[in-house]
Amino acid sequence: MPKKAERETERPPDAASPGKKARRKSVLWREIPEPKGAHAARVEEGGDGGFEPRIVAFACNWCSYPAADAAGISKLQYPPNARIIRVMCAGRIHPGFVLRALELGADGVLVSGCHFEDCHYLFGARRAAEQFEKTAEIVRMLGIGPERVRYEQISAAEAPKFAKVMHEFVEDVKKLGPSPLAGATGELEVPEAVSEETT
Amino acid sequence: MAAAEEGVDLREEMADALKKSRALLCYECGKCTGICPVARFDRSFSPRSLLVKAVRGEDAALVDDVNVWSCLTCKLCDARCPAAIDYGLLTKTVRAFVHHEGGEGTCTHGGAVQALMRIMTTKELEQDRLSWVDDSIDVSKTGDTIYFVGCAPYFDVVFSETGAKTLDSAKGAIRLLNAAGVKPMLLPNERCCGHDLLWNGDVENFRMLARENLRMIEESGASRVVVSCPEGYATMKVDYPRVFGDLGFEVVHLTELLAEAIDGGSLTFAGNGETTVTFQDPCRLGRHMGIYDAPRAILSAMPGVTLVDMPHSRERAICCGVGGWMNCTSFSKMIQAARLREAKATGASTLVTACPKCEIHLKCALNDQTLKDEVQLEIADLWALAASRLG
Ligand code: SF4
Ligand code: SF4
Ligand code: FES
Repeated sequence: MPKKAERETERPPDAASPGKKARRKSVLWREIPEPKGAHAARVEEGGDGGFEPRIVAFACNWCSYPAADAAGISKLQYPPNARIIRVMCAGRIHPGFVLRALELGADGVLVSGCHFEDCHYLFGARRAAEQFEKTAEIVRMLGIGPERVRYEQISAAEAPKFAKVMHEFVEDVKKLGPSPLAGATGELEVPEAVSEETT
Repeated sequence: MAAAEEGVDLREEMADALKKSRALLCYECGKCTGICPVARFDRSFSPRSLLVKAVRGEDAALVDDVNVWSCLTCKLCDARCPAAIDYGLLTKTVRAFVHHEGGEGTCTHGGAVQALMRIMTTKELEQDRLSWVDDSIDVSKTGDTIYFVGCAPYFDVVFSETGAKTLDSAKGAIRLLNAAGVKPMLLPNERCCGHDLLWNGDVENFRMLARENLRMIEESGASRVVVSCPEGYATMKVDYPRVFGDLGFEVVHLTELLAEAIDGGSLTFAGNGETTVTFQDPCRLGRHMGIYDAPRAILSAMPGVTLVDMPHSRERAICCGVGGWMNCTSFSKMIQAARLREAKATGASTLVTACPKCEIHLKCALNDQTLKDEVQLEIADLWALAASRLG
């Protein structure tokens, strides 16, 4: 129970006179410790040669996802760094999705949809391109390397293109090294495989 | 996003905020709900019922209540409450509590803005955010004054489809500073001020942003930080000292600096056609910080510009409809439509905003073609407008 004098302080918070010493450091307002520098830890752990980028790939259900499938069926080799997230249309991929993936520790994010004239929902692919333009500009300003995000149009018939894009993208991101954001504010958790029991 | 800290119990904070905000003195007159712009359209929302839940300590009910996030934090209810209850403080604390307990509001823009802000807490970040600086503005590498740009470079991209040009606003602000004889420094790696995360209840990430900004300002050796964004201003002037104590530099709002320069005769405007304008008081500048006259002094100093105030202006101004990128709903659109109609009824042809978010939100409302045809209003940013009329 605070002393009476304390209780009678006038309305402090929003009308508080600035510049004065904070009255008291409460739990909510106390200083927090320095962040741990997760970036440094990850660079160390990966070493220079051993860095394997974590890639998130948003792939449209009607084109790029089947292309990835076809690449698998045709036994085309490509690096396994990407976790593919299937979406119904690349037009759904708002900058928020890409930023969230980066925030949670992705080293690179690929958005792959249909060619403009092929989009299952007519204007979705154009929307995807517009959205991506914004995403790319934001990422450029953040200074983490514009090559960390990539937009592609890969139709269901272009399995070799899918494999080629994966090769290139993983190489590009490897050159950039781990994202400075990786693990700084959260942790990207990707389940290895969904087992029977958990479904 | 930082996980809830172990062993930290915010219940004590809540008890403290209940006392400091005087919430226990509420006599349930209902005036807050009566005047609230959200409650006017959204019948499920009542600030009073939130207050009652907080007073009764119904924690679980608070965590589940979507209405915790519906408030615009405009402080209109504060101005009206006969018991002088500080809803601003109460809401801030309730949200921090709910956030800590795992509750989350719905981010309007797919969480893009919040993600961007949390990303900026990264220490190692080296942004490239000043590529818009060109010959039209004069900035310096050293000096005693910093112009805090705020999130304008990012907003300009994220909200491009609303037609809001937040960078024109920032450039205008710097041109005005130049005209007033100030050549400001810009921080190349400035972070978000943290305003939105703070009002979203994410106090921890707010503090990280604040600390990065304070560190950079200290390293720059500046003794004065000029802010044009009302939210950045309120946050730096009130919330930063609350966390970090004495800042060691002065925080000034651009309106104050310019109004002084106009008074002293060092800043003049030239005529550039006759126009009638009305002014949207930003909640942060007005009710939060008590600045009403300075922006009006700037408008009145422009030859040919006539200012007509709306019936709801100054202390009674109505918010632009969304706060902290959290609560854009059809009700926001109703609030905005009502506000734009009110602006139109003054006979003004231009509604002047002084906050990037007011500009974004009100321009977004004009994406509704029917409303646009009906009100036929221009929306102009104060800094861009004033800079275009410099003598
Ligand atoms: S206006 Fe003030 S006293 Fe009246 S119900 Fe609202 S908080 Fe309580
Ligand atoms: S701050 Fe504004 S939006 Fe929030 S309850 Fe009060 S009047 Fe309503
Ligand atoms: S359906 Fe593939 S991008 Fe729209």
